[in-house]
Amino acid sequence: MSDKVTSLASGHEGTLYDQTHAYLQRLRGGEMGSLPAIFGILVLAGIFEIASPFFITKLNFANLFVQSAELAMLSAALVFVILLGEIDLSAGVTAGVAMAVFIDLVKTQHWNWIPALGAGFFAGIAIGAVIGFMVAKIGVPSFVVTLAFFLGFQGMQLVLLGEGGVYRVETPAILAIMNNNLAAWGGWLMLVIALAVSFVISLFDRARRASYGLVNKPFSMVIIKLAGMAVIGGISIYYLNLNRSQGSIPISGVPIVIPISIAILFIGTFALDRTRYGRYLYAVGGNPEAARRAGIKVVGVRVIAFIICAVLAVVSGVFHASRIGSVDGSAGHTIVLSGVAAAVVGGVSLFGGRGRLAHAAIGAIVISMIDNGLGLLQMPAGINFLVQGGVLLLAATIDALARRRGGVVSRN
Amino acid sequence: MSFDIPVIELKGVTKSFGPVDVLKGIDFSAYAGQVTALVGDNGAGKSTLIKGLAGVQPYDGGEVHFAGGIVELKSPLDAGELGIEVVYQDLALCENLDIVQNMFLGKEELKAATLNEPHMELQAVQALESLSVKTVKSVRQKVSSLSGGQRQTVAIARSVLRDAKVVILDEPTAALGVAQTEQVLNLVTRLADKGVAVIIISHNLGDVFKVAHQISVLYLGKMVATLKTKEVTYDEVVAYITGAKGQEGAN
Repeated sequence: MSDKVTSLASGHEGTLYDQTHAYLQRLRGGEMGSLPAIFGILVLAGIFEIASPFFITKLNFANLFVQSAELAMLSAALVFVILLGEIDLSAGVTAGVAMAVFIDLVKTQHWNWIPALGAGFFAGIAIGAVIGFMVAKIGVPSFVVTLAFFLGFQGMQLVLLGEGGVYRVETPAILAIMNNNLAAWGGWLMLVIALAVSFVISLFDRARRASYGLVNKPFSMVIIKLAGMAVIGGISIYYLNLNRSQGSIPISGVPIVIPISIAILFIGTFALDRTRYGRYLYAVGGNPEAARRAGIKVVGVRVIAFIICAVLAVVSGVFHASRIGSVDGSAGHTIVLSGVAAAVVGGVSLFGGRGRLAHAAIGAIVISMIDNGLGLLQMPAGINFLVQGGVLLLAATIDALARRRGGVVSRN
Repeated sequence: MSFDIPVIELKGVTKSFGPVDVLKGIDFSAYAGQVTALVGDNGAGKSTLIKGLAGVQPYDGGEVHFAGGIVELKSPLDAGELGIEVVYQDLALCENLDIVQNMFLGKEELKAATLNEPHMELQAVQALESLSVKTVKSVRQKVSSLSGGQRQTVAIARSVLRDAKVVILDEPTAALGVAQTEQVLNLVTRLADKGVAVIIISHNLGDVFKVAHQISVLYLGKMVATLKTKEVTYDEVVAYITGAKGQEGAN
């Protein structure tokens, strides 16, 4: 807190050293975000690398991305309702029902795949709207409403697909999401676009602050952030562009699901950070009464959150159908709990009001790594569940402790 | 500054809940640039009087004059449009949002369809500066990291930002320590110095005597006394509050 232009600081002042210092202080204050999860990723990578010769291989690296994407999308879906302090246990089966609608229209009604997929998404929107209405307008706890839908929709899936019905997905565009890869140049282009978008947004924000005479953070921070993105992205893309095939047909490139997921997470994050709706979502999650008194239409904010959750869950369902190449009556039954686990592990607070989509994605990588790594070690499924449960408990405890710590700081 | 014409004046307002008459024809005035304390024991009708001004619970009868003309206060929206802001005891802040975000909650400014954060930040800083607030470290601090007095400051500054003509403070110092009470009382004085008509509800007569220009005493739904702080003693006010004085000679 040295030389300030205005009498009140905004957190943008100071040198790189000051900014780093302030960041460390926030960490000590309990605002850790997804740092514990990133630490977890490094630890898990170390453990599995030592334990299994297959973990850090080109093939498994790509597999890990593809496996994470499905969970990350579902977890990101859940973030919208978890931010409100609510839960959607039916997100997985909502996706299952939407995909059942899709496959039913394609297979038995011979629809074109695009309107059929549209119908699937429409089903998701309708389900989200109904859940949102029940929770926000009627006031039934979301846990109960979505538990009821979770049970009911398992039945709906069976009705739509028939007992034991399994349908192959034969739409090339959908199969391509998880199974095809970008050409080598496509991966690099993706990185260049991401860096350019990030850089332009930073410049735009700085120009806007400057136009109101406000201080900006040191420019070096923009460069460091871009450099970090370039290094991590560059290494990943380089690695994914190598041939990872164990057979004679070469496989290489960034799986198509990656740019799709990044684009969706980017749009979602933009909406949460920079639009009125995003602000209201955090406000309602933080203090619904304060939001109501400020004139925010709390019911509408809640209903829309459940609709967004359902839509992103359907995206996750599309990823799932693409990966396994079929739709059956049991799709989406178990993934929702992993989705909640991923969000919490990544640093999203179940108490509402705190968390970001990136946290869900990072948490999804942790959960997927456990799944993937223990699978490679040929551990029994029981061990896998035990470890996942333990990690979730640990993350939830960190969340609760961080919250308490924040509370203590605020009252001294 | 004119002390003759009140910004807001209530004439004979009444309010009943079923058979219970809570407000029995109240006359009350608040002046620009002055702090008016509203005191009275529990159940005297302070909250009901305030809720009427806020438009939350409209009065049953009587007249409300605002800047000389008769107005209707049928909803919080009416009150907001006239520039009447209430800072409730529980403050209604979102702990997970920062100071700027809280001050603009529900009134966010947009530019190119996205939140215009720099402009909101600038205005928030100016509002805080106009109240000579120096106690907050950063306007981008989360409210969860603020003390009770700082939260009160944010809530009061929010009313300045909305260009309030009348600010009603409900027990602003009830939960605060000595130093923080002092800060908030200074803030109340500065708010009045800006030309705002401040109405403060308090049980703490020490605070009332420190900041208020006049004191209005409610006793069982009646305004039993409207006193100039300088011309009255602590014991007299207590006597009015407890009903030991003023029953016979109201007005």
